[in-house]
Amino acid sequence: MSVVLQAKGISKNFHDPITIQVLKDVSFEIKKGEFVSVIGKSGCGKSTLLYILSTMDTDYEGDLLIDGVPMRNKKEGELALVRNEKIGFVFQFHYLLNEFSVLRNVMLPGLKLGKYSEQEVEHRAMEKLRILGIDNEAHKMANQLSGGQKQRVAIARALINDPLIIMGDEPTGNLDKKNSQIVFDIFNELAHEFKQTLLIVTHDNEFAQSTDRIIEMEDGRIIRM
Amino acid sequence: MNTKLIFTIAKSLLVARWRQTLVAAIGVTFSITMFITLLGFMTGLNDLLDGLILNRTPHIKLYNELKATPNQPIAISNKFKNHHHFIHSVKPSGTRAEIYNYGAIVDALKNDKRVYGVAPKLVAQVFYNVGAIDVTGVINGIDVDAENKLFFFKDYITAGNYIDLKNTPNSIILGKGLADKMLANIGDVVQVTTPKGDRIQLKVVGYFQSGLQDFDKTQSYASLGTAQKLLGKPSNYVTDIQIKLTDMKLAPLVGKEYAKVFSVDAEDIQTANSQFETGSSVRSIISYAVGITLLVVAGFGIYNILNMMIYEKMDSIAILKATGFSGKDVNAIFVSIALSIGFFGGLAGLVCGFGLSVVIDNVPFNTAALPTIKTYPINYNPKFYVIGTIFSLITTYFAGLFPARKASKIDPVVIIRGK
Ligand SMILES: Nc1ncnc2c1ncn2[C@@H]1O[C@H](COP(=O)(O)OP(=O)(O)OP(=O)(O)O)[C@@H](O)[C@H]1O
Ligand SMILES: [Mg+2]
Repeated sequence: MSVVLQAKGISKNFHDPITIQVLKDVSFEIKKGEFVSVIGKSGCGKSTLLYILSTMDTDYEGDLLIDGVPMRNKKEGELALVRNEKIGFVFQFHYLLNEFSVLRNVMLPGLKLGKYSEQEVEHRAMEKLRILGIDNEAHKMANQLSGGQKQRVAIARALINDPLIIMGDEPTGNLDKKNSQIVFDIFNELAHEFKQTLLIVTHDNEFAQSTDRIIEMEDGRIIRM
Repeated sequence: MNTKLIFTIAKSLLVARWRQTLVAAIGVTFSITMFITLLGFMTGLNDLLDGLILNRTPHIKLYNELKATPNQPIAISNKFKNHHHFIHSVKPSGTRAEIYNYGAIVDALKNDKRVYGVAPKLVAQVFYNVGAIDVTGVINGIDVDAENKLFFFKDYITAGNYIDLKNTPNSIILGKGLADKMLANIGDVVQVTTPKGDRIQLKVVGYFQSGLQDFDKTQSYASLGTAQKLLGKPSNYVTDIQIKLTDMKLAPLVGKEYAKVFSVDAEDIQTANSQFETGSSVRSIISYAVGITLLVVAGFGIYNILNMMIYEKMDSIAILKATGFSGKDVNAIFVSIALSIGFFGGLAGLVCGFGLSVVIDNVPFNTAALPTIKTYPINYNPKFYVIGTIFSLITTYFAGLFPARKASKIDPVVIIRGK
């Protein structure tokens, strides 16, 4: 199995107001098709790690390899391309653009990639929405959906470019029990039916148990993986 | 490569904030409207005022200045050749007012490619007899056709027909002020006395109004032939040769050349009327300054609105960046928002500016000084429209540049963490 993502001795310091080390020599790798969850106490550095892994945060020590390619020394534009092409991100908050329809929101990263024509991107977006069971809402405006529906749209958006890996930072953090369950079920389905590689930060131990592997963090270190 | 996508995103953001967008665009529209109208109006006025003088002033005037000869007789004497000459109380004498070789000069001028046209003139001092009183004045003997072609003579005739001056023998066109003074109606016969005492009767065939009151109180026009007859001079007696060039800027140079070649005095328009150009350029500068000031104010409006939009759209910018849009893309989105406000606002401004110009162009403007002017003057030079467009694009571009740069620098991690 090929390695999709590799972290080599990643450390991160915040200097404001005083220098504190939030990540301490974090190393691990994720193989293709793996479904990994990250757990740990609040403030232990899970989000910080995820922002680094998603290439959005470039201020760290150590090395990050995505698809075998080191991310260090890449320019901002090149990193944007990596995020566009290889990484799907689902946040706690959905971050849909209210100016656009649901369908258009899903299509945007696909249009940006420019690999397929607009019709094809639209077709693919519909397909993703269907997988997530919200294809009926495709032509509504983003702000007309419920919270749970919005989060599913955000997952569809993360899927649009068939990313190498999907990262999620407490994607059910804003949802009620029922909607959380739906989202968890979707992740499970993506992992098992579509062999999608997933790296999900969660506070839900039950959900974590259902994944292939659990990475547990404490005080900026990995204590179990 | 992503131009279309960038434009759609820019458009959606614009449409979502259409109220603010509209306000920003109206700012641009207003300033471009004012810019166009102001420049059109100012330039129209400039043209009018310049025309008042420049249209009627020859580019070069050839004449004989009344002056003492620089070669006094003693200079010719061999005996005093190596002496220094002290000569007191030199008076001009024997200077002839007429231009020697008038016919040959005109022929030479007509063959000169730089010359647009030539009009001869005979300036005669006369007394107009009003009952027992004599009014001093001047009769300008002109070649009616040439004068009309070069100096739009017809435009200043407020009553009567200018061509009668040529067709009716012994006719005269009086300045309006002069005619009022003499109580002379069209068709009346007036009497003038030459400095030599000859009297001649002339039939009034029209009035002219130059726009310069003092001028109209003393001047009148007669045909060249009539004026020559009045003075008892032959038909080659001409005091001035008025020249219009194809390119007015050459006047000082060409004037000097003619003065030398034809050994006459030459006066060029730039030297004679330098103050007019100064006035024109000051008025233009004021118009540009006001227009640009308005545009800069509009630019600040756009700057504000974009800043607000970026502040409101932090989340959207963050997610765009998180999903693979680069800082450059975000920058392009906001610059195109600014430019489209500038473009559409500017376009509307051009249309409104044109409309307002047309309105002003139709507002009646009657003044005794300017008989040919019935409405306010407007200049529709396309140059102003081009400059207006360029200015509106440049100012909005710069107004958008800083907010756009700010947007492109937004760190998605900071935004997302802040949630
Ligand atoms: N910009 C910052 N400046 C200084 N310290 C920061 C900054 N961002 C995060 N931290 C600190 O880094 C530590 C790790 O934060 P992080 O958000 O990664 O925790 P987390 O594991 O995701 O917690 P949670 O489960 O509550 O989301 C925290 O102690 C936090 O206070
Ligand atoms: Mg967190």
